Amino acid sequence: MSSTAASVRPAAAGAHAMIELQHVNKWYGQFHVLRDVNLTVETGQKIVICGPSGSGKSTMIRCINRLEEHQQGKIIVDGVELTADLRNIDTVRREVGMVFQHFNLFPHLTVLENLTLAPIWVRKTPRKEAEDTAMHFLRRVRIPEQASKYPGQLSGGQQQRVAIARSLCMRPKVMLFDEPTSALDPEMVKEVLDVMVELAKEGMTMMCVTHEMGFARAVADKVIFMDKGEIVESNAPTEFFAHPKSDRTKLFLSQILGH
Amino acid sequence: MASIPTSERRPAAPRMRLSLGDPIFRAVVYQVAVVGAVGFLVWYLASNLVANMEARKIASGFGFLSREAGFAILQKLIDYAPTDTYLRALIVGVLNTVLVAVIGIVLATILGTLLGIGRLSRNWLVARLCTGYVETLRNIPLAVQLFFWYVVIKDNLPAVRQALHPLPGFFLSQRGLAMPVPADNPANPWILAAFVVGVAASIAVGRWAKRRQAATGQPFPTLWVGAALIVALPVLTWLASGAPTAFDVPELRGFNFRGGVILIPEFVTLVVGLTTYTAAFIAEIVRSGILAVSHGQTEAALALGLQRGLVLRLVVLPQALRVIVPPMISQYLNLTKNSSLALLVGYPDIVSVANTTLNQTGQAIEGIGIIMAVFLAISLSISGIMNWYNKKIALVER
Amino acid sequence: MSDAAASLNNRTAFGAVLGTRAGQWARSNLFSGWLNTAVTLVVAYLLAKAIFAVASWALFNAVWDVPDNQTQVCRDLHGIGACWALITHNYRFIFFGTYPYDEQWRPAIAVLIFIALYGASAMRRFWSIKLLYAWIAGLAAIGILMWGGIFGMPLIETDRWGGLPITLILATFGAVIAFPFGVFLALGRRSNLPAIKTLCVVYIELIRGVPLVSMLFMASVMLPLFLPQDLTINKLLRAQVAVIMFAAAYLAEVVRGGLQAIPKGQYEAANALGLTYWQGTWFIILPQALRIVIPPLVNTFIAMFKDTSLVSIIAIYDLLNAASGTINTEPAWRGFGMEAYLFVAMIYWIFCFSMSKYSQHVEADLSRAQKR
Repeated sequence: MSSTAASVRPAAAGAHAMIELQHVNKWYGQFHVLRDVNLTVETGQKIVICGPSGSGKSTMIRCINRLEEHQQGKIIVDGVELTADLRNIDTVRREVGMVFQHFNLFPHLTVLENLTLAPIWVRKTPRKEAEDTAMHFLRRVRIPEQASKYPGQLSGGQQQRVAIARSLCMRPKVMLFDEPTSALDPEMVKEVLDVMVELAKEGMTMMCVTHEMGFARAVADKVIFMDKGEIVESNAPTEFFAHPKSDRTKLFLSQILGH
Repeated sequence: MASIPTSERRPAAPRMRLSLGDPIFRAVVYQVAVVGAVGFLVWYLASNLVANMEARKIASGFGFLSREAGFAILQKLIDYAPTDTYLRALIVGVLNTVLVAVIGIVLATILGTLLGIGRLSRNWLVARLCTGYVETLRNIPLAVQLFFWYVVIKDNLPAVRQALHPLPGFFLSQRGLAMPVPADNPANPWILAAFVVGVAASIAVGRWAKRRQAATGQPFPTLWVGAALIVALPVLTWLASGAPTAFDVPELRGFNFRGGVILIPEFVTLVVGLTTYTAAFIAEIVRSGILAVSHGQTEAALALGLQRGLVLRLVVLPQALRVIVPPMISQYLNLTKNSSLALLVGYPDIVSVANTTLNQTGQAIEGIGIIMAVFLAISLSISGIMNWYNKKIALVER
Repeated sequence: MSDAAASLNNRTAFGAVLGTRAGQWARSNLFSGWLNTAVTLVVAYLLAKAIFAVASWALFNAVWDVPDNQTQVCRDLHGIGACWALITHNYRFIFFGTYPYDEQWRPAIAVLIFIALYGASAMRRFWSIKLLYAWIAGLAAIGILMWGGIFGMPLIETDRWGGLPITLILATFGAVIAFPFGVFLALGRRSNLPAIKTLCVVYIELIRGVPLVSMLFMASVMLPLFLPQDLTINKLLRAQVAVIMFAAAYLAEVVRGGLQAIPKGQYEAANALGLTYWQGTWFIILPQALRIVIPPLVNTFIAMFKDTSLVSIIAIYDLLNAASGTINTEPAWRGFGMEAYLFVAMIYWIFCFSMSKYSQHVEADLSRAQKR
């Protein structure tokens, strides 16, 4: 498929990192949920984040498109710093795509309408062009025939693939995945992971919170382990799985890889 | 105590910048715009009001409250004569509203609960009849029903001389229902106080019994003891004060009854109308509350070995009440507001009395303001009770 | 039931009846035990007596017509037979109030247009932009018919209007105008901006805390005082304003319930795609929220429809007041309140029951769709 150029923006020459988190701290009330998080994601890198529940991994990536707010530190996405400034937030959200654990498709719109809504109203794309793009991405995720169906008529795996296509229609520079397969029945996990692997191979910058370690081994440039709000360990996948450095990492790996 | 290091403490909120991109600034701009528009509207209306009132020479202020009312009120719970002040007349009206509301709420709850349970009855006839009642009365306006009852009651009651005499001391005629009340007696406030003390004591006994059961596992017949307290204390007080049995009995003198208390037919109309109408809604609420508790709950409780009575009390009723109480309280509120239809049948509640007042004094704004203030006070207190109840029983969820 | 008893039953005639489907149903639903049987018999007996008494008053002994206004025949039968002559003589006054006799075809058509609009809106296959046009055209047609002044129809001022059209106009225009108002109030109440939220909360709680009667008083007596002296508005418009303000507060609470039911994920997805607040609200949140609350919206409309009967307090001749008028004004028809109010009750009941059945139907549809 000659879609490489169509789906991924090339990095600008001599570019800054795509995503930078510098000394990011976040509190829920008095509860310190992100502790001095530092992270750099270069263009085209795939980062997999794992950790026990409550470790702050979902919170961290939700801060990147300002679904959550950080109180201290800097988050810079493609050169734009995320502050309270609403215009910056709008700019960032246009360039960052997000796939949710529970899909969050719009149940009252058809699949095609789900995909064309944002391009028409946010990027001001003409309807015909938006629909062409939408069908293109539906073919990419291998369900073009579902275009006029409603989300309620699709299986979980199909819905999540539609959700991925919906984000891709906005031509983002970065894709964030928040446990994309956790809510799926086991037999549908593979079809979604396949799409994500393809996306990765085309050079999309990706940050993925997941428990699917097979996916991490296949695709990730870096695997990050978070616990209690801080990044405990960060390494290339082979090193990460074979020689975990911290005890907490070892404990976690034994728990999820053991059964 | 060591202080939290600066890097661990949550930083203060950032300062606002003057640009539309800043969310705080934008929020301020929106709110100023909206408040400004509303404020302008209010100013415009108020200045028109002042100009019009001056032009038509309408007085303002609440001074009229201390003037003589000059009109009679047919049913009063406290002493009132046309020479009393408007303020007293309005108080009589408020008391009449409260009387109708309280009696209506009690009767409607009883009737509504019976109807709601009846709709779920296994007997097809009973279930269909209750359904028919509910579907009929819910879909006819209350005003129509009130007019209907008024015609039925007024047309079918005999003249005073031929009053119906169902029980000793009770007389039913076109003037209303005359009934005896306990005569004025110094012991009466004591008996009332004993009742209140009995209620408080039974609540206290209930609390103590719960604690005792938690500690020792021994149950306590709280229900019987509590009921006994509520009944026994006033009775004992009554006996101790010499067991006065004097009643103020109505007697026919001239064209009307004197003595006792007279409930005018308008009152009976309003109570009957409000009760039958609201009971139809309460029936639906009770029915959905009972249906809301899934049968699995009863099965699980029985499987644990609980007896039917305990299953009802500990498992089914708490869950059913959770569903029933909020809309039930809404219905009570509706009943209270619907009592304002007293104006249609001529019952002297607060709306009627305030209406007469504002017609006589010409001070419409103060009159309507009083009506709205009274109902707001009642509504807000009832809503407050409901919010408190909801918070207390809310299921804790993730 | 034991085999012996069953075989015995099947052999006798009585048993044959009991064995049929109807018989079995009767056995389990009416006669399933001693208490149940006793209750059935008592209730059936009382019901039969009541039905007979009502039927003899309303049907067998009723007087259906009297010559001119000679109601002596009716009066002689008072309490024994209903005087439906009241209705047959006065039905045009009850339906149309003091609208001029010759022009009453106009409000009649207006009522039919209303019923057609309600009916069409209920059927899902008509739900499209064309329905909106139909409503606009229908309401405009109703206005033209009632007022007249063009197309050769004489002008009839609103103080001559009365009866069923007034009820329908107050309820329909009330709901239609109050609805967007209520949606804004609901959105405002859920807003993060404290000033807007406070204004909405105060309005909603204030209006919901007071009876409609006081709002009608306010509109009728106080509204003229709030307007500049040279601007007068007619009584019907004042009542309409009161109904609109009242309905908006209740509709706001219903819509708010729908907004609260939308999962947070929908808001997040809309935000993540870069949609603004208004875009997200219009395209994503409102369509879902409003669909969920159709049953309570219809119930609120039914309540409004019933509440229009209160405008008799400010001397507007709606359906109920017109009925009261027939028995209070002409001495010939005094005292037949029961017949008048039963007739009017039946008309209200037909409207409200149909709407309530519709709302139950939609509710069943919705819960079936959710169970998928």
